[in-house]
Amino acid sequence: MMGWLPENVSTYGKDIDRLFYIIYYITGVSFLLVSGTMVVFLILYRQREGRRATYVHGNTTLEIIWTIVPAIILVVLSFMSQASWGNIKGRVPPSEVHVQVTAKQFNWEILYPGPDGKIGTADDLQMDNELHVPVGKVVRVTLKAKDVIHSFFLPNLRLKQDAVPGREIQAWFEATKPGRYELPCAELCGFGHSGMLGHLTVHTADDYNKWVKEQWPSS
Amino acid sequence: MSEAVATHAVHEELGFLRTYVFSTDHKMIARQFLFLGLFMMILGGLMALMIRWQLAWPETQVPGTRWIPEPFMTDGYMNPAFYNTLFTMHATIMIFFVIMPILVGCYGNFLIPLMIGARDMAFPVLNMLSFWVGAVAGVVMLAGFFVPGGHAASGWTSYAPLSAVTQYTGVDWGQNLWCISLIILGLSSLMGSINYITTIINMRAPGMTFFRLPLVIWSLFIVAILLLLALPVLTSALAMLLLDRMAGTSFFLPAGGGEPLLWQHLFWFFGHPEVYILILPAMGIASDILSVFSRKPIFGYRAMAFSMIGIAFLSWVVWGHHMFQSGMSPALGFSFMVTTMVIAVPSAIKTFNWLGTIWGGSIRFTTPMLNALAFVSMFVVGGLSGIFMASTPVDIFIHDTYFIVAHIHYVVFGGSVFGLFAAVYYWFPKMFGRMMNEPLGKIHFFTTFIAYNCTFFAMHILGIGGMMRRIYNPMQYEFLHPLQPINVFITWSAIALGLAQIPFVINFFWSLFAGRKAERNPWKANTLEWVAPSPPPHGNFDAIPVVYRGPYEYSSPEVTEDYLPQDRQLVPQRVATAH
Repeated sequence: MMGWLPENVSTYGKDIDRLFYIIYYITGVSFLLVSGTMVVFLILYRQREGRRATYVHGNTTLEIIWTIVPAIILVVLSFMSQASWGNIKGRVPPSEVHVQVTAKQFNWEILYPGPDGKIGTADDLQMDNELHVPVGKVVRVTLKAKDVIHSFFLPNLRLKQDAVPGREIQAWFEATKPGRYELPCAELCGFGHSGMLGHLTVHTADDYNKWVKEQWPSS
Repeated sequence: MSEAVATHAVHEELGFLRTYVFSTDHKMIARQFLFLGLFMMILGGLMALMIRWQLAWPETQVPGTRWIPEPFMTDGYMNPAFYNTLFTMHATIMIFFVIMPILVGCYGNFLIPLMIGARDMAFPVLNMLSFWVGAVAGVVMLAGFFVPGGHAASGWTSYAPLSAVTQYTGVDWGQNLWCISLIILGLSSLMGSINYITTIINMRAPGMTFFRLPLVIWSLFIVAILLLLALPVLTSALAMLLLDRMAGTSFFLPAGGGEPLLWQHLFWFFGHPEVYILILPAMGIASDILSVFSRKPIFGYRAMAFSMIGIAFLSWVVWGHHMFQSGMSPALGFSFMVTTMVIAVPSAIKTFNWLGTIWGGSIRFTTPMLNALAFVSMFVVGGLSGIFMASTPVDIFIHDTYFIVAHIHYVVFGGSVFGLFAAVYYWFPKMFGRMMNEPLGKIHFFTTFIAYNCTFFAMHILGIGGMMRRIYNPMQYEFLHPLQPINVFITWSAIALGLAQIPFVINFFWSLFAGRKAERNPWKANTLEWVAPSPPPHGNFDAIPVVYRGPYEYSSPEVTEDYLPQDRQLVPQRVATAH
């Protein structure tokens, strides 16, 4: 199952993947222990002539052990998760690039603030379904929705955030590798939900400057 | 009391209508719920197969569907809006009209009076109403397929605003009927749960203390309390949604000052206890069956009962884990992550106690036992995969992917449905007075178990690959192209899973009419239902049994045989030797 995660190209993606693997190993070992024990018991204690089942009602020590051990593991997992969660969703780090993404049935409207860095000014530029960002820079995304709930999903950047009508939600990512990645909608949004798809283009620093020049030639 | 019981036991012959249709006998109502559930299961299953066909071979003709008219299908090709209807209705039907009617409606009704030693439910007429109100809800739900605009298509979770405004889906009365049907069904469940709670508290046979109740009765008792408290929340939310749709109230619409997340909070505040409503009866069923066929007392009876109570309490404070990526304050994420991790602890306790129960047993591999064992192992997978979602950062990636689809099917199919099959095979002799066929039962079990795992385990891989749930055509996404062979594999497995149910249907109906006649206690079990004749007559027992001990005294040293029924009075040793 290990090779099935899509390639990760974001800074915090490796934290998510690491947690995923930790849980994968913990649950995998638990499953093997439980199912292995079960199979062994089923073979050892199958019905045989002349043997009577053990008459036992339980064991308090065992009950205490198998309550406390899983509880400790799970609470530790919670605290390990919390550090990454706070980092990814709890706050947006200082960003150099800002875009506003408005989801609607069935497109991503991507609004670039232009050279002045401010949204709502004359040099704003809107593109449908095309998100361009530089590599190695923190990108802040302001998420809005016009009609129903959509979900901004960048599988390769391990980012998913619902866009909710009536709200502005801040998300962020920092890409580590140039390339073109898919940006599907992950929340059912109507008959056109399937196929609601944008693209994220991560440029190298030079390419990004070139792209900016092309879009805003006057600057 | 004894006079009332005596007059109740002798009763006049009832006509056909009072015996089979508007019966107030809890056993007939149980059978009605069973048949309703099994019929709906066929519908829900066929919908699942159509969904799978579309995902494996997108936009090709679905075999055998050319009769389905526009705008649903065009000459056998599925339209995207109808695809949304299919997965919405598959889930709605399976959850509300299959698992709840069978596990709670049928087995709750059948087992509670029989296992506590009562002649019927506390409120027999209310019980009859509960079924017929539920049946009306079923008719209203199915009627949605025949109204202009088609049936509800916003998912079984019906997130607003998608579900709240007609133009967003094009679905008009379909969504309204969906709401109305579930409001009516809520009424039915409410009547049932009040009946269950009252019956268990008031009508236990002499000597049947709470800690002598079989665990399946404990589970149904807890489920009834959950239903009583959770369903009004759903009903309120549905009423608000209906008002948004029909009266322009804007509870969930931001343009009118409403809040889309309010729907999610209300829905999941009901929805998470609901998941435990679906799984707790199966836990109880498995506990009883494991003990019977291991010929051994249940391991840690009190731990089992208390862990179910613990699950029930915690199920009220975990709903936010469905909403980690919803825009809900990230600070809340931590609280809900911790409660969600903690609710795994009672589930783990139960699993270890099930293992403890088969340890040192003398295990009989009957069909009910095999299904109960499958329940335990599949529930373990479903429980463990839940830990991935509970971890908020991992959830960022796997939320709304096929990982969650795999998870819910491991809990609700691997858990509840294997529990359901175990119950059908185990109590069939009591319910219908005939045994089911064992070889056919084993064929059904093994083919189902294998096809089931091929179908749903592979969905974890799709989810880890990032495949979103509820998409109509995975081939529209380049990053999903490498996963397409898995989709094809899953669909073949799902078809096999569907075919694997044929032996069950044959076995069920053949045994109903021609199965071997069952004696009173064919499994040599301890609980009170096996004291009554098979099938029990109106009034259940020849005489109300007196309970002397707990339900799991198997292989007790006090007797030579390996079981000791709850109602058998043992002559104390010193009295016997005093002569």
